[in-house]
Amino acid sequence: MDKPAREVLLETRGLSRSFGGLAAVREVSLTLERGELHAIIGPNGAGKSTFVNLLAGEIRPTAGRILLQGRDITAEPVHARAHLGLARSFQRTDIFKSLSVLENVRLAVQAVALPASRLLGGPRGAPELKERAIAALEKAGLPDGHKRIAGTLAHGQQRQLEIAMTLASAPSVLLLDEPLAGMGPEEGERIAALLRTLSGEHAILLIEHDMDFVFAVADRLTVLVEGGVLESGRPEDVRASPKVQQAYLGGHA
Amino acid sequence: MHFAGFVAQLLNGFQYGLLLFLIASGLTLIFGVLGVINLAHGSLFMIGAYAAFVVVKATGSLWLGLPVAMLGGLLLGAVLERVLFRYFYAREHLDQVLLTFALILIFEEARALFIGNDFHAVPVPAILDFSIPITAGFSYSAYRFLVIAVCLALAGGLFWWIERTRMGAIVRAAAEKPEIVNILGIDAARVHLAVFAVGTALATVAGALAAPLTSVYPNMGDGLLIISFVVVVIGGLGSVTGAFWSALLIGLIDTLGKAYGPSFQGTALGNAVAALAAMAVYVLMVAVLLWRPTGLFGQRP
Amino acid sequence: MSAPHRMLPTDWRGALGLLAGVVVLAALPYFVASFYVGLITTAMIGAMLALSLHLLVGATGLVSLGHGAFYGLAAYMVYLVSPEGAAQPIWITLPVAMLSAGLAALVVGALSLRARGFFFLMVTLAFGQMIFFVFHDTKLGGGTDGAYLAKPLLSVAGLTFDPTSLPRSKRSWPAYYVALGQLVVTYLLLALLLRSLFGRVLEGIRVNEHRMLALGFATYRYKLAAFVIAGTLAGAAGHMWALHSGFVNPEIVGWHKSAEALLYILLGGLGSLAGPVVGALAFTALGEVAQQFTESKLLVEGLIVLAAVLVLREGLTGLFRRTSRMEDFGEGDDARADETERSNG
Repeated sequence: MDKPAREVLLETRGLSRSFGGLAAVREVSLTLERGELHAIIGPNGAGKSTFVNLLAGEIRPTAGRILLQGRDITAEPVHARAHLGLARSFQRTDIFKSLSVLENVRLAVQAVALPASRLLGGPRGAPELKERAIAALEKAGLPDGHKRIAGTLAHGQQRQLEIAMTLASAPSVLLLDEPLAGMGPEEGERIAALLRTLSGEHAILLIEHDMDFVFAVADRLTVLVEGGVLESGRPEDVRASPKVQQAYLGGHA
Repeated sequence: MHFAGFVAQLLNGFQYGLLLFLIASGLTLIFGVLGVINLAHGSLFMIGAYAAFVVVKATGSLWLGLPVAMLGGLLLGAVLERVLFRYFYAREHLDQVLLTFALILIFEEARALFIGNDFHAVPVPAILDFSIPITAGFSYSAYRFLVIAVCLALAGGLFWWIERTRMGAIVRAAAEKPEIVNILGIDAARVHLAVFAVGTALATVAGALAAPLTSVYPNMGDGLLIISFVVVVIGGLGSVTGAFWSALLIGLIDTLGKAYGPSFQGTALGNAVAALAAMAVYVLMVAVLLWRPTGLFGQRP
Repeated sequence: MSAPHRMLPTDWRGALGLLAGVVVLAALPYFVASFYVGLITTAMIGAMLALSLHLLVGATGLVSLGHGAFYGLAAYMVYLVSPEGAAQPIWITLPVAMLSAGLAALVVGALSLRARGFFFLMVTLAFGQMIFFVFHDTKLGGGTDGAYLAKPLLSVAGLTFDPTSLPRSKRSWPAYYVALGQLVVTYLLLALLLRSLFGRVLEGIRVNEHRMLALGFATYRYKLAAFVIAGTLAGAAGHMWALHSGFVNPEIVGWHKSAEALLYILLGGLGSLAGPVVGALAFTALGEVAQQFTESKLLVEGLIVLAAVLVLREGLTGLFRRTSRMEDFGEGDDARADETERSNG
């Protein structure tokens, strides 16, 4: 895929976070460009989840900055980041289990697309929310069954719903935290295909355990070890890096 | 301000704080370990006070009334835990609030049925019915000193249980992380039973100790319940140490506020000061929560 | 098309049931003694208070123990603007009562919504008690004894309706019908609110607030808005209490009032907006029946609450809905179970 104009959408500079003197993320600086799928890998406890939570605003960094499209969002609360074009999915499925599939995604659209002045109207007065929600569901591979209660879906479908909710706000940057967690190989293949189509329009930061999957879809890889960046670059370069082979791939993959 | 009077108020505040600690420590343990909001905890205090009243009336001896209140509290707590509360550990706050609200109504009505709605004085034991001179011209009730001594002894016993025994260690761990009891494969039911029974007994003993000071009367536990919740919140949920310091703090502030607040009344500003003094502990609680949402000694989430 | 809101009637049968209830209430004074007219008025006022609280408890998942304070504060405001012998028209007293309750709710809500779960419960309780002590410990509203007030005049467009012009047996009727009207209006307002996109947000917060934040909802603002609306409506209920009883005392401000409202909600059924109304009426009726048999009214009430908590998990309205809605909601309602803490790994 070619990318004529390089445009950095998300950037971290020296991002660090420690818990009681223990550094979970240390001095991570990386960039995410438009149209790019950047994967972050690393052994358990390498700080991947903490890193995503820092980007999403769930926890605050002890040092460093986060820039979204050049704007410093380090101090922005979680909900404000969504409005600035950052959307995330969760590693442990985090959906509205007792609401319908459609309502799950419709809320995601409403969060960013509904002006406060129309809050007191009914859902029928805002059909565009529903249309956008359905479009996101179709994109994520859930073309029907929208009236079902989300908690009754199979696990794989709940993962897809999670992605649909992330897509629904038409974000510029997607943070996907282990989207394959608990999925079968067939479903995984479907998600891989989806990610490839998505990376054209969005910038995607992907946290993933599944190495085959990561090497199949990522444009760029960053390896985290003990909270710091061990290596970053094109997948084939990272795979060839002796440091990485020694520290990570050799032992765990 | 009269100095001897002030010292007396300080002692009163200290003694009140210690009684508050007996009530609040049970409350905080029951919430911390069992996850239950027990609004009926004030009623347990009331039951202890009435138990002392009944025993003193029948036998004339508070020395019998105190152990009766204690053993009765252990028993009552054990029964309540087995029959009702253990089914509510995993339930919504709303259900717990209403369960324990129902218990308040039932306990109050039972009290009205058996003993009636009158005020009853409970005499101080004759042997302690005198004042100990502290300075020339100032002496302090011997019975209040006994209350302070008993409270300190009970507090010491409680801390020993929590800090030095195996079950105490489990209780401490469980107050921080309730799941731990299951992880360690400990007989959770036994820990729960012990915590609830001890918490109940502390409240009933506090009631028995307070009976000669305040008399016994309907709804006497109601005000104390709310204050005890304030103590728990300021001290930090599940922290007995936090409950101790915050109980003393609240005891002093409340006593001094109520003693000296009304003297400001008269002018508009004075009235405002008096009103503020009356609700000083609530103001303090809100301030602490805004500053440290998990209380002074609470675990940060 | 899916149901407008989980807590509203799903089909015409439910709506018809509600309408029938209103008709029965409207006809009741013609069939029962004057004493019962007053009693049901009190029950309807309790229902209004519980309805307003239901916007927090049932719709948003916030359990407040300070809600009664807004109700009591509003009633005291009526006393302050129209003490005994200085009656004011309702178009002055009602806005004063609602505005002051709403303003108090804004302050209390802004601070207490920073806390969650147990702490929210405690902070609302503490604020409620602060308002309680203002009236209990100062002479502002007659102290512990309370005070009589001049019932607001039922004036519309310069015309004042005087209840004393009615025969003695019907003097309690005007308050009854004003209360019934206000109850219906409160229900309809809340129903509209629940159906709106705002109501959808509250539902999302109830089910999974953490996810709502991640989606971009500033949940604090929505919760605060709900808190203020609920407080304002509680103020309207408190005004109705002043209009009905002509008397205020600290008891109407204390936390028992809040617990009572929670009780109506649970007894009637958390899952339905009509629940608190059913709960308040049923509780009053049960208490009345019990009084025929025993002196111990509180004991019976306590046992009713106990039974409601132990047995009637979905309240009285749950008994009716159980059969028709099982298939829509899958098994069990795990909606409120996912408020568990989420670790930041």
